[in-house]
Amino acid sequence: MTQIDGTPNGSDNDHKVNGQMVTVDGTPLKASLKRAERKRTLIAFLLVAPLLTYLLISFIFPIGQMMWRSVDNPQLVSVLPKTLEALQDWDGEGIPDEPVFEALAQELTVASANRTIGRVAVRLNYEISAARGALMRTSRSAEDMEPPYKEAFLDAHRLWNETEFYRIIKREGRPLTASYYVAAFDGTYNEDGEIVMQDENRRIYIDLFIRTFSMSLGITLLTLLLGFPISFLMASLPMRKANLLMIFVLLPFWTSLLVRTTSWIVLLQQQGVINELLIFLGVIGEDGRLGMIYNMTGTIIAMTHILLPFMVLPLYSVMKTIPPSYVRAAKSLGATPWTAFWRIYVPQTLPGIGAGAVLVFIISIGYYITPALVGGQSGQMISNLIAYHMQTSLNWGLAAALGSVLLISVLILYWVYNRLVGADSLKLG
Amino acid sequence: MENENPGEVFVAFDRVQKSYDGEELVVKDLNLAISKGEFLTMLGPSGSGKTTCLMMLAGFETATYGDILLDGKAINNIPPHKRGIGMVFQNYALFPHMTIGENLAFPLEVRGIDKSEREAKVMNALSMVQMESFAGRRPAQLSGGQQQRVALARALVFEPELVLMDEPLGALDKNLREQMQYEIKHLHDQLGITVVYVTHDQTEALTMSDRIAVFDDGRIQQLASPADLYERPENAFVAQFIGENNKMKGKIESKDGDIVTVRLDDGSAVQSLAISAHETDEKTTLSLRPERVFVVKEGQSFSNCFDAKVEELIYLGDHIRSRLSVCGRNDFIMKVPNSSDNHSMRKGQSIRIGWSEQDCRALDAS
Repeated sequence: MTQIDGTPNGSDNDHKVNGQMVTVDGTPLKASLKRAERKRTLIAFLLVAPLLTYLLISFIFPIGQMMWRSVDNPQLVSVLPKTLEALQDWDGEGIPDEPVFEALAQELTVASANRTIGRVAVRLNYEISAARGALMRTSRSAEDMEPPYKEAFLDAHRLWNETEFYRIIKREGRPLTASYYVAAFDGTYNEDGEIVMQDENRRIYIDLFIRTFSMSLGITLLTLLLGFPISFLMASLPMRKANLLMIFVLLPFWTSLLVRTTSWIVLLQQQGVINELLIFLGVIGEDGRLGMIYNMTGTIIAMTHILLPFMVLPLYSVMKTIPPSYVRAAKSLGATPWTAFWRIYVPQTLPGIGAGAVLVFIISIGYYITPALVGGQSGQMISNLIAYHMQTSLNWGLAAALGSVLLISVLILYWVYNRLVGADSLKLG
Repeated sequence: MENENPGEVFVAFDRVQKSYDGEELVVKDLNLAISKGEFLTMLGPSGSGKTTCLMMLAGFETATYGDILLDGKAINNIPPHKRGIGMVFQNYALFPHMTIGENLAFPLEVRGIDKSEREAKVMNALSMVQMESFAGRRPAQLSGGQQQRVALARALVFEPELVLMDEPLGALDKNLREQMQYEIKHLHDQLGITVVYVTHDQTEALTMSDRIAVFDDGRIQQLASPADLYERPENAFVAQFIGENNKMKGKIESKDGDIVTVRLDDGSAVQSLAISAHETDEKTTLSLRPERVFVVKEGQSFSNCFDAKVEELIYLGDHIRSRLSVCGRNDFIMKVPNSSDNHSMRKGQSIRIGWSEQDCRALDAS
């Protein structure tokens, strides 16, 4: 019944045309409903539009850019197209034939004149050291080269005598490359062009990924260990006292990063407060000073401190909603205080534990500034190496590949978490 | 029904006092004896100390002074989980992460009862509240009434002799509440358990209880059977709190046996039963139930008869509630039964009303 005027005896209000509900004037009910709701939908969209635009420009687009950069490989294709074409006929054994060198001489001359050779030189240098020098030097003399070019090149730099070099040029002469990802996983190409692991002593990234993940896991466990009791206390205290405690918990948020870090250095360094105190108390000797900063310990201590609020806030918000009657009920049913806590209280805090753990873990996995300041050598995390490739080695492709690996592994972890616990059960505030 | 076996005291509060801040007493000198098998209700407004008493009995609050005895033993120092008292909470407190079956098995499990016996007992308890088919569900999938039944079954499954209930029906709607009242009452009769029930709903207390302790200001104001409490309130608070009540203030003028003559503030004299006010010149509050006031018909006579004017009439189906101006006050309520000859009353009409001196009780002045 589409009774819209509310009169109990309005029997002529039930409008149906061809089995479809219609309004009083005959428009289909569904169409009418859609029109009536359209304005609301539009308003809802307009309300989110500014944020959506902002996110698209400042977040989604740069991430897309980054992921594109990790496979994008335009340098050789744009500067040495003819050489690459000529290399197609090469079988990958020995030194290529004259046509390759002829094309190379021409293109190097042009590239040297319009200064595009630098990009190619840098790009090839990522794959084999000394490639930059070889290309820069050869390109300067390319103009004066006389045929046969092959001899001229072989004389110009020792790299031109190595089959390996031509293989690299041929491999990286494609518009998309996997070599950044291969490098990000400590891989390299062997003589047959297969991907193999780097020599033991040249592996960096996998160890660093493992260290990053295990440090993040450690920090997550530490924040949980420290955060659970304080959240429990705050949830059971009266509002006023709980708020005071909350201020202490939030203090790390309000202190400048540099002040905070400097205080940790003052406390933890070799000549610092804690070492002096321990020596004064006779716990350690003068030569047994503990190294608590500029290493992994320092990073873990400082990051646990900074990330603690991210654990406490979701835990507290979940614990506050658990009425005391649950534990009381358990006790009245004969459970000891410990059983009541472990079997009744803790399971109900799981959404908070999950939310806090996911937050802390994901934040710490990409943390950069604290490891950079107090991490020393052993406390470095993957993000520090990404920054190094962004700022110092300028190998943006590798930085992008490392960043993408980090992003994807976080997404996978989140997916696993979602499958195990369920994201709906997350309570973030 | 009053205290059938007064000799067999099961729960006793002996001069119990409770203070939270050391400055104010929430419970003042409480003495109460509850017999085995009794259904005792603690009734009172919020803040009257009734829930505190229940929590002390359950062991979640400690008595500041005095002893609480269970079966003759002081239990002040026994922790809640060793008292073996079943309890039903206001919000049911069913463990949300466990199924109904697991909820019921919990008290048996912590008592180390083995699995097969546990299952039999759980099903038995569930069938007691007609919830057998719900054992595999979670509390969130149940309606309020169903959760209530499960909470009840959980408090009974480990066969406690004493069950405490803290406003267990407070969150249910009216119909369901009434139905559950009868069910709880029947379970009590059937199992022979002792029940201490806390509520602020007087109808609930009257329906279910053997005896009711009316709490106010940390004291028991009256402890009596439902009928006694309604018919024979001992003080102005109880009269006001239980049922509706016309309150008239005045001063005792003379006394003749049980009957006192009270001069009201407007000068009219009322014959009344002396309950807690006896002395001449003592101030008193008269308490009179609205259903004990009648329209005086020809040939009828009452010991108290007054002229009244009808101010307002509210039709309530089974009776008509009329607000009258009488004896200088305009909030006097009379309930007129709905019978064919009582339809003649009109607003503004002058009528004559009367009541017996046996129905009018002279209580304390407050």
